[in-house]
Amino acid sequence: MFHFSNIVRTKGDPKIVAGGPSLKRPEDQLARALGWFSIGLGVVEFFAPRRVTETLGMEGHETLVRAFGVREIMAGIMSLSVDKNAGLWARVGGDGLDAAALLSGLTADNPKKGNIALALLMVGGIAMLDYRAAQDTKPRRPPRDARRKLYPNRSGFPKGIESARTAAKQIAAHAAGRT
Amino acid sequence: MKALVWHGKEDIRCDTVTDPEIQDPRDAIIKVTSCAICGSDLHLFHNYIPGMLPGDIMGHETMGEVVEVGSGVDGKLKKGDRIVVPFTIICGECDQCKRGNFSVCETTNRKRHLAEKVFGHSCAGLFGYTHLTGGYPGGQAEYLRVPFADATHIKVPAGIPDEQLLFLSDIFPTGWQAAVQCDIEPTDTVAIWGCGPVGQMAIRSAILLGANQVIAIDCLPERLSMAEAGGATTINFESESVLERLKELTDGRGPEKCIDCVGMESHVMASLPDTLLDRAKQMMMVESDRPHVLREMIYVCRPGGIISVPGVYSGFSDMLPMGAFMNKGLTMRTGQTHVNRWTDDLLRRIEEGEIDPSFVITHTVPLSQGPEMYQVFRDKRDSCVKVVLRP
Ligand SMILES: [Zn+2]
Ligand SMILES: [Zn+2]
Repeated sequence: MFHFSNIVRTKGDPKIVAGGPSLKRPEDQLARALGWFSIGLGVVEFFAPRRVTETLGMEGHETLVRAFGVREIMAGIMSLSVDKNAGLWARVGGDGLDAAALLSGLTADNPKKGNIALALLMVGGIAMLDYRAAQDTKPRRPPRDARRKLYPNRSGFPKGIESARTAAKQIAAHAAGRT
Repeated sequence: MKALVWHGKEDIRCDTVTDPEIQDPRDAIIKVTSCAICGSDLHLFHNYIPGMLPGDIMGHETMGEVVEVGSGVDGKLKKGDRIVVPFTIICGECDQCKRGNFSVCETTNRKRHLAEKVFGHSCAGLFGYTHLTGGYPGGQAEYLRVPFADATHIKVPAGIPDEQLLFLSDIFPTGWQAAVQCDIEPTDTVAIWGCGPVGQMAIRSAILLGANQVIAIDCLPERLSMAEAGGATTINFESESVLERLKELTDGRGPEKCIDCVGMESHVMASLPDTLLDRAKQMMMVESDRPHVLREMIYVCRPGGIISVPGVYSGFSDMLPMGAFMNKGLTMRTGQTHVNRWTDDLLRRIEEGEIDPSFVITHTVPLSQGPEMYQVFRDKRDSCVKVVLRP
C-alpha cells in the first residue's frame, strides 16, 4: 500500500505497510471543516468588505464587516486547535451576531433584501452545524466532582518513608563529617 | 511489526510498519518487552513541538531484549541481554559525553543542522521525538533499533520485573536530576509544581536527597494523594492560593528550591489571567510556550534560591520577570536528562529496595490500545497517572 509519509523516511527506518484505525471521529472532521470555512469567510470579510456590503445592499458597514472578519479568523484558528470546542462555541455565538446584523439590513427599501434572506438561511444552516459540532466535541475530561481513585498507599519506598528520610539524614551527616 | 505512529494533531494510530534493520555497525535491535507513554509525548500529540512528520514512530521510554547486534557494538552488548534504553542517544566518546553531559552529545543527532538553526547548537539525538532531535523512530513498537547501542543502553539484571526498571529510561533519572540540580541541603524546603509522573519521581528524589520539607502543587486529587503518599505536603491550586500556602509553610521565607515539572502546557484558568493570554498568543503562534509556572516560581522562590526545570519548553516564552529573577539572585538549571550519568546509582537503589518506581503505574494495556490511552492520559480520565504498554 502506498503511504505518502514513507517518502520522507530516512532509508532503513520503518515504513508504514498497513495503516491502523484513526481515532478521529466524524465530529472532529466536521470541526476541522468548519474551522477552515471560518478562516476563509473571515479572510473575504477582512480584505473585501465592500464586496460583502454591496451584495447585501448594506453599504457603509464595511468596518463592521472587517471586525466580523477578524472574529471569524480567530474562531477558525481556535476550532482547528486542541481547544476546538471553545472555538466552535465562539462560532455559535458569532452566528448569532451575524444573524442580528443581517436582520438589521432587512428593511423594505433595501433592493438586495433577497440576498439578505438567502444569507440568513445560510447562517441558520451553518449555525446548526456549529451547534452540533460543539455539542459532539465536548472535552472528555471528567467533571470536577467526578469520583476519582486515590493512591494513598503508593509511597514508592518499599521500606517505608521514615526509613527513606532517616537514610537521607545519615548520608547528609556522613557527608558533613567528611568535609 | 506494530507501532504507534504519529499522523498529525491528536491522531496517533497503531499501524503495521516494516521491521527496523541494522543500519550501522554500532546499532542493535531490541524486542520491546515494555514501553510507556510520557508527558512529553502529549506535547507531540498536541502538535506543539515543531518538526514532527506523519509516519514518525512515537515513544522514548522503552526496554527489552537484544535480538541483533551490529559488528561495531564490540562485545558491549550481546544477543539476549536485557536492557533499558535511555531516551537520549549517546556516543560515549565526544567531549560532552566524556563530561557526562549526555543529553547534549555532539554526535548522535543525525539532523543536527536543523537543531543548530533553531537552538544555536545541536543536542543529542532522541527517540520518538521531533526531527530537530534526529527524528529517530521511537520505542512504542514491537522492535526498536538502538543507534550507538554500545553506549546507548542500561544493562539490567534478570529477576527484577520490567515495571521497576522501565522508568530508568526517562522519568526516574529526570526527576532525580531535577532534584540533584537543586543542591538540596537538610534545612531546605523544595516546592514541586506538577504531580505527573516526573513530579512524582522528583518528590521521591527530593526525600532521598534529604530535603527538610517537600511541597507538591497540582489540582488533581489522585495525583495529590500519590504525592502525599511519597512524603509531600500538598497544595491544590484550584482551591487554595499557591502564594499564600507556600508562605505559610515556609514561615514567610519562600521555598529555597523550586522544581517545574509542568513545562510549556501549564493549566489555563480564568483566575490566572496570564495563562489565558499565553493560550491566546500560543494559538495565534506569537508565543510557543505557556510559562506560568516559571513566573510563579521566580516570584515565590527564596532569594538566593535555585529553580530547576525538567519540564519541557520548546520555543519562546513571554513576560518572564527577569527583574525579580536578577534582583533575588536566583539560579536556574535545566536540560534534557543526562540519563546515563545517574542510572548506575539509581539501579543500585532499586536493587537494594530503597525505591520502587513502579508505584506510579496506574494503567497497563496492550500496545494496540495505545492510541486510546493517549486520550485517557491527556484527559486525565480514570485517575490515570502513568500508562505502560505491552507489545
Ligand atoms: Zn519523557
Ligand atoms: Zn557523545
